Amino acid sequence: MSIRYALLSLLDQQPHHGYQLKTAVEGWLGQSWPLNIGQVYTTLARLERDGLVALGEVDAQGRQTYQITPAGRAALADWFATPVPRDGLVRDELLVKLVAAVAARDGTAFEVIRGQRTATLELLQQHTRHKAQAERRGDLPRLVVADLLIAQAEAEVAWLELCEARLRTAGHDRRGGGAAPLAQPSGPMPQREGP
Amino acid sequence: MTAVLEIEQVARTYGSGHTQVTALDGVSLTVQAGELVAVMGPSGAGKSTLLHVAGGLDRPTSGTIRVTETDLGRLGRAGLAALRRRRVGYVFQELNLIAALTAAENVALPRELDGVRARTARTEALAALELVGMAELAGTFPDQLSGGEQQRVAIARALVGQRPLLLADEPTGALDTLAGEAILGLLRARCDAGVAAVLVTHEPRYAGYADRIVFLTDGRVVDQTAHPTTVAGRWS
Repeated sequence: MSIRYALLSLLDQQPHHGYQLKTAVEGWLGQSWPLNIGQVYTTLARLERDGLVALGEVDAQGRQTYQITPAGRAALADWFATPVPRDGLVRDELLVKLVAAVAARDGTAFEVIRGQRTATLELLQQHTRHKAQAERRGDLPRLVVADLLIAQAEAEVAWLELCEARLRTAGHDRRGGGAAPLAQPSGPMPQREGP
Repeated sequence: MTAVLEIEQVARTYGSGHTQVTALDGVSLTVQAGELVAVMGPSGAGKSTLLHVAGGLDRPTSGTIRVTETDLGRLGRAGLAALRRRRVGYVFQELNLIAALTAAENVALPRELDGVRARTARTEALAALELVGMAELAGTFPDQLSGGEQQRVAIARALVGQRPLLLADEPTGALDTLAGEAILGLLRARCDAGVAAVLVTHEPRYAGYADRIVFLTDGRVVDQTAHPTTVAGRWS
């Protein structure tokens, strides 16, 4: 879904052929979102079928270029104007692991928290180095990608620290066997399918 | 590699008997020249105490601290004060810049207090301000500078006279994210140029600039991120 609009936004600037589109999207997103050329051509075929792009000229090397149509411009404007839905719980393995460890009440949760926190901080250090490189190159799209990865890692570490503090307050200690029982969830949890 | 700061089995307790509080409980940490180490942990974990004993602002109850191979435990008050002036730079959340002095005069002050001639101190101050991108504002008073610029002046004051060890306690405290990142970029660049630094922060985003992140809880090191195989090259 997102690739469709990434291609449209590139074609909104000027006509491109398939390989140029692949290179441009990878330039934006880097290794965080690898794209194969087959995916690009399949997406272009669907966009053409839906009337959002049209075939353009064939360039000097015999490559077919694509151009955006007025309907494509309207679809792109709609996409920019619509917030991405972020409701409910993402199905995340770490969440399941931590909830299971907390329920076990034997101190496993502290091990999960500490192991994950260190791993996520190491990842954050790596993203920070990539950000510094993007900054030196003045590469704004890559900076935006790095900023998201850093914000996600930061949020995860903050969440893990909060969980650890909460477990300590609730009397879970590393030897297990806490004082007060944890409250049971009283209602259905909001659900959302993972991506 | 040269160890600039060596902390071995350091403990610090306050009070005695049933009111005794253990702030540090057997902490060991070595920081090499060119290395930026971030210290994280919940409130009361001992982060600030660690910085205070590392820079000789406080003495440990037991254990050994060496700064550029000098054992702080063997120094008297005057010796410790001299070591703090010459080898250790401090950056705190509260900047403590003197309002009546220009940026350059603030930066030159610790050198003049150390007996360096005024002209030499001024030259050194301008060089330190240049390092933090503040040379053009050398004649400006603190209240005419933004929070980020004031923090840059405080870092220049901590670096002046080529001190090998920089200790920073939440130096990004009051700054917005971009200004905070600029300060971290600056600390990073100084470390890449050979300074050893310890950064206390509760914000993972700033710890991300470090070569190594050490996690303190209840006065003990409970985790740390992988030690880089070589300090040089991690950021270049």
